[in-house]
Amino acid sequence: MTLLEVENLHKRFRIHALGREVVAFEGLSFTLRPGQFILVTGPNGAGKSSLLRCLYRSYRPSAGRALYHSAQGPLDLVRAADEDIALLRQREIGYVSQFLRPRPRVSALELVAEPLLHLGVPWEEASAKASLLLEELGLKPALWPAYPSTFSGGEQQKVNLARALVRPNRLLLLDEPTASLDAAARGALTERLARLKEAGVALLGIFHHPEEVAGLLDQTLEIPPAPPLLAPNPASVA
Amino acid sequence: MEAALEPPRLEHQQPVLRAMGLQKSYGRVTALAQVSLALYPGEVLGVVGESGSGKSTLLRLLNLQEPPDGGDYRLEVPGYAGQNLFALDRYQARQVRVRHIGIVYQNPHQGLRMQHTASGNVAERLILAGERRFGWLRRAAREALQASEFPLERLDEAPLRLSGGMQQRVQLAKALALQPTLLLLDEPTTGLDVSVQALVLDTLKRLQRERGISMLIVSHDLGVIRTLADRVLVMRAGRVVEQGLTDQVLEDPQHPYTQQLVHAKL
Repeated sequence: MTLLEVENLHKRFRIHALGREVVAFEGLSFTLRPGQFILVTGPNGAGKSSLLRCLYRSYRPSAGRALYHSAQGPLDLVRAADEDIALLRQREIGYVSQFLRPRPRVSALELVAEPLLHLGVPWEEASAKASLLLEELGLKPALWPAYPSTFSGGEQQKVNLARALVRPNRLLLLDEPTASLDAAARGALTERLARLKEAGVALLGIFHHPEEVAGLLDQTLEIPPAPPLLAPNPASVA
Repeated sequence: MEAALEPPRLEHQQPVLRAMGLQKSYGRVTALAQVSLALYPGEVLGVVGESGSGKSTLLRLLNLQEPPDGGDYRLEVPGYAGQNLFALDRYQARQVRVRHIGIVYQNPHQGLRMQHTASGNVAERLILAGERRFGWLRRAAREALQASEFPLERLDEAPLRLSGGMQQRVQLAKALALQPTLLLLDEPTTGLDVSVQALVLDTLKRLQRERGISMLIVSHDLGVIRTLADRVLVMRAGRVVEQGLTDQVLEDPQHPYTQQLVHAKL
């Protein structure tokens, strides 16, 4: 059984002001099964982050197919309606970015509980789950009611991780989640990922220090360096 | 262009708002050309574009303030579900507007009586809807102002004497007093200090989460849109030139105009 079948996926950015296209990555194909953990590797600028963003649809893929077997049936993430993507993001697909985007006057605990509140979970239950996770990742309880915009990079990243992990996912996309974490938090994250994997969550991640998750990896997806040339964009030139 | 998107396949709730082919010209100027949109329960839809793009005309049409030249507009509200609201007579249109649509304008003078009290402004909306019991009016106005995080010790002050942020809270309370299905926001935080803007945005976000109100917010401020909106429509010269999930439109804009807009901001 597969969860995600990626076939010949491409991403090019069309920069209209320059009349040019920039290639992020080309022709990627792989499959991901439930409970499988694939590490994405490649040199800087190879398009590792772009791949994750294309699958989360923060970027619109340019060509190819990414067949995702959702709880409600198969769906091509390249062409699925925005409404469908929004639903999958709410229920099935999680994404951990490198940085938290704090919002003014929203506490750390509220930010973490929010994805559950959106699903209709009552505040008591949502905040209890959020607290457990923040504790596990080692954010000092004194900071839970505070606004993360004043936190250090590492503290912000703990909030970011907790927010992404608080809700169950079927597919989790991880973009250098450990970059600014201390050793204890990295350990806690590795443990948490091991449990998710065991529970059948499919994981696709970029790690600056892959040895942290070495015991959990099933496969490596190596993205070759993107061709550095800037191809003229015929549509804009015409 | 990137591959065209398919229609939704997963199970969704019915949209609360569906507008098809909205068309409006003023003389020889086309303000709206074939604009269609849908808004789902509890969703926040952002509309961005420069002045003259048709954003304000779109809001006036959706608020049933003026008729279009063409198009179909439906809201899932009791008594009017499945009807084209543009075909209603003036009395019915006013009923729908008062009962089911709330609006907050950029300029509080447009939405408030500046010399009346804050609570009187909110109560007026309830009176328009047919409510006459004084005690009930006072209580309902108080609740709406409280939900909008308006300081209750200032209930009897006139908006004229309130700060810009407070005036927006009175507008918001007035808009929410009858628990509308649709909340229209026209540049609600433009002109406010940045710190006050953050507070008002936070209130909107909380109301949206707690009450599940569907909102359509027009703003030229991409930061506001990023904070509030789930999806975005980009308008230019009366047309929707791009639409998508907010993060996608802001991080991977497709249309030349959107690229220009996003890169000018960041």
